[in-house]
Amino acid sequence: MSEAMEAQDAAAGEGGETKHMNMIEAINSALDCMLAKDDDVILLGEDIGYFGGVFRCTAGLQEKYGKTRVFDTPISECGIIGVAVGMGAYGLRPVPEIQFADYIYPGLDQLISEAARLRYRSAGEFIAPMTVRSPFGGGIFGGQTHSQSPEAIFTHVAGLKTVIPATPYDAKGLLISCIEDNDPVIFFEPKRIYNGPFDGYYDRPAKNWKGREDAQVPEGYYSIPLGKARTVTEGDQLTILAYGTMVHVAEAVCREKGVEAEILDLRTLVPLDIEAIEASVERTGRCLIVHEATRTSGFGAELSALVTERCFYHLEAPVERVTGFDTPYPHSLEWAYFPGPVRIGEAIDKILQD
Amino acid sequence: MAKATDRAAGDKGSNRPKLALHVPEPRYRPGDTVDFSHLGITEPGAQPRPDETAEARETYPLCDDLIRVLGDDDKAHGPWDPRLDADTLRRMLREMALVRAFDNRMYRAQRQGKTSFYMKCTGEEATSVCATHALAGDDMIFPSYRQQGCLIARGYELTEMVNQIYSNKGDKLKGRQLPIMYCSKRLSFFSISGNLATQLPQATGFAMASASKGDSRIAATWVGEGSTAEGDFHSALTFATVYNAPVIFNVINNQWAISSFSGFAGAERATFAARAIGYGMAGLRVDGNDPLAVYAAERWAADRARSNGGPTLIEHFTYRAEGHSTSDDPSQYRSAEERGEWTLGDPVMRLKDHLIALGEWSEEQQEAQDAELDDMVKAAMKEGEKNGILGHGLHHPFATMFEDVFEELPWHLEEQSEQAIREREIKFPEGLKK
Repeated sequence: MSEAMEAQDAAAGEGGETKHMNMIEAINSALDCMLAKDDDVILLGEDIGYFGGVFRCTAGLQEKYGKTRVFDTPISECGIIGVAVGMGAYGLRPVPEIQFADYIYPGLDQLISEAARLRYRSAGEFIAPMTVRSPFGGGIFGGQTHSQSPEAIFTHVAGLKTVIPATPYDAKGLLISCIEDNDPVIFFEPKRIYNGPFDGYYDRPAKNWKGREDAQVPEGYYSIPLGKARTVTEGDQLTILAYGTMVHVAEAVCREKGVEAEILDLRTLVPLDIEAIEASVERTGRCLIVHEATRTSGFGAELSALVTERCFYHLEAPVERVTGFDTPYPHSLEWAYFPGPVRIGEAIDKILQD
Repeated sequence: MAKATDRAAGDKGSNRPKLALHVPEPRYRPGDTVDFSHLGITEPGAQPRPDETAEARETYPLCDDLIRVLGDDDKAHGPWDPRLDADTLRRMLREMALVRAFDNRMYRAQRQGKTSFYMKCTGEEATSVCATHALAGDDMIFPSYRQQGCLIARGYELTEMVNQIYSNKGDKLKGRQLPIMYCSKRLSFFSISGNLATQLPQATGFAMASASKGDSRIAATWVGEGSTAEGDFHSALTFATVYNAPVIFNVINNQWAISSFSGFAGAERATFAARAIGYGMAGLRVDGNDPLAVYAAERWAADRARSNGGPTLIEHFTYRAEGHSTSDDPSQYRSAEERGEWTLGDPVMRLKDHLIALGEWSEEQQEAQDAELDDMVKAAMKEGEKNGILGHGLHHPFATMFEDVFEELPWHLEEQSEQAIREREIKFPEGLKK
């Protein structure tokens, strides 16, 4: 058992009774837990109060904790993130929600020039301990304005942490760690798997989280440390690095092809679990990186460079990337764009050919 | 390739009138004779003073007016006279003069190559010093880059300011910020950003947080008139009114945003104070060179915020007597006469003359104080220089470059830190050349 998994199990012990939850319920449970635990936690965002958020992640929380702790905001991402910086300076732990990651750009200056650099420029006098939650990724016919995966932009910014869960269990444990963290964090929620894992076959019946071990979520407090990857499957043939929805797609492809891959769910892109990546690639000698975001300058490029720099003499084949295409997300051609089983399968065949 | 001027079929031969693009132009350029009589400066004391708890709309006539207290007779007039005691007036005068002495010395230090950059606030001293006096000591200040007066009014040590400007080993910001981008949590002075107007939503957030905690601290923030064009300004005003946040927005209308006159921020159409009207927020337009009027307006807004009356936008109508920064040459874009002709005078001289008129001060005392303050600044500079000046020596351990990016050092920064330290002996075997 890896160190990460041991830490995970140890932490889970604190959470008490478990309950079956989908990802939305797990996120709601994490927010509920932290609102109860710490008076300084405050939730703000468009439609998150009375209505409970367009994806219902904050449902019932305003009723439970009151309007001054969970409240709706004007439609102004720059305002939402900017006031969160000020709240952090006061001593609160704001958790702003940006309704879709595609809408985060108007708030980008407050995130990358202000929140991310506040600790540095004030030499630690002021900090911005905020967790910006935002649903991201495609596969829901959201068109070009509800489907983007902008995570690479944030990983490029010094001072920001980027976290992406792939299961209900992780969503709760990681979100709690993010809220407790004293650095600004971007918490991207893969909305395609809010209600159930996705195997990449758009024409198969939708799945839900029922019966899955990773959807058994402790009802109480537990946390999963940032910077620790999760080993999804063990295998010797190749290492697959993935996060979010693509963890499940990669897993399904390997199962159907009968490939024994070691799939690492990275969970946090910054800080990155380089030790887990190195250990796995050095053992398997082959590496495939999978993400939904556009290819050029995507986070896969960083992963590929790291693996090449650090594991070159262990590699038996070039590092491969499977990604979205370098186009905006097309509404009607969504399933042609999505990096699904065909693209992943071909890449695996290529890596394993020698 | 299609041209922007291509027209749709059928438009040819249209007899519709031609549209014209308006590009604002300041009244005076280098060489022009200046006449500020168009400003229509109002009589001191003539402006009504609504109660601090009044409906926002009662302030709207003041958004187009100009609150003034000190008259040409050097006496205080009208309902906005804050009736400050002589000690307070002398203290404000001393601090404004200290800001000026500090600016003058540091400007020269930049010219002598001791630092990279400096920004004076000559002519605008009242908008920071006197406004700060109207706040409580723990009210949070979210400054822009020309509010050194706020720090001086709160008694910040001059040597700390010098250390920051020189980015030397005494700089508690570890040499990371541009000169003049101070920060002091102890004095409730927020870290300055070079990205304009970002401090406005932050001040609003701080005020919202304070209100949500049932605290009594309010927030005050400063922004130049040019930066009111930034989206952050509008987001901040929206949030402030929506949540009735206890925050004061100080817009310093010093007429120039580097070389762009205030017309490029919309001044040809409306005053900056009038921006408040669209948001349903209280708004005041004040003579920014009148120390008593600045104090009175800020105090009014602070009292209003503290009694849950909500936010106020104050336009301080003033003039940037110097260049934007040491990297700017105003003689290239504005008439050299402007400074001398500025019809609202100089805030330091106006307060000095007022105190003399009250029989509480004299020209001799002013002269002696100026000499004393200059010595004080010189001593602080000397003290600061012991810690080094910018570009002469590597003042901070290399590892500090990687600290405070995150609370804890992650592996990639640890590796990069080790690299920087390894390179040190190759790149700088004897330190930076002097």
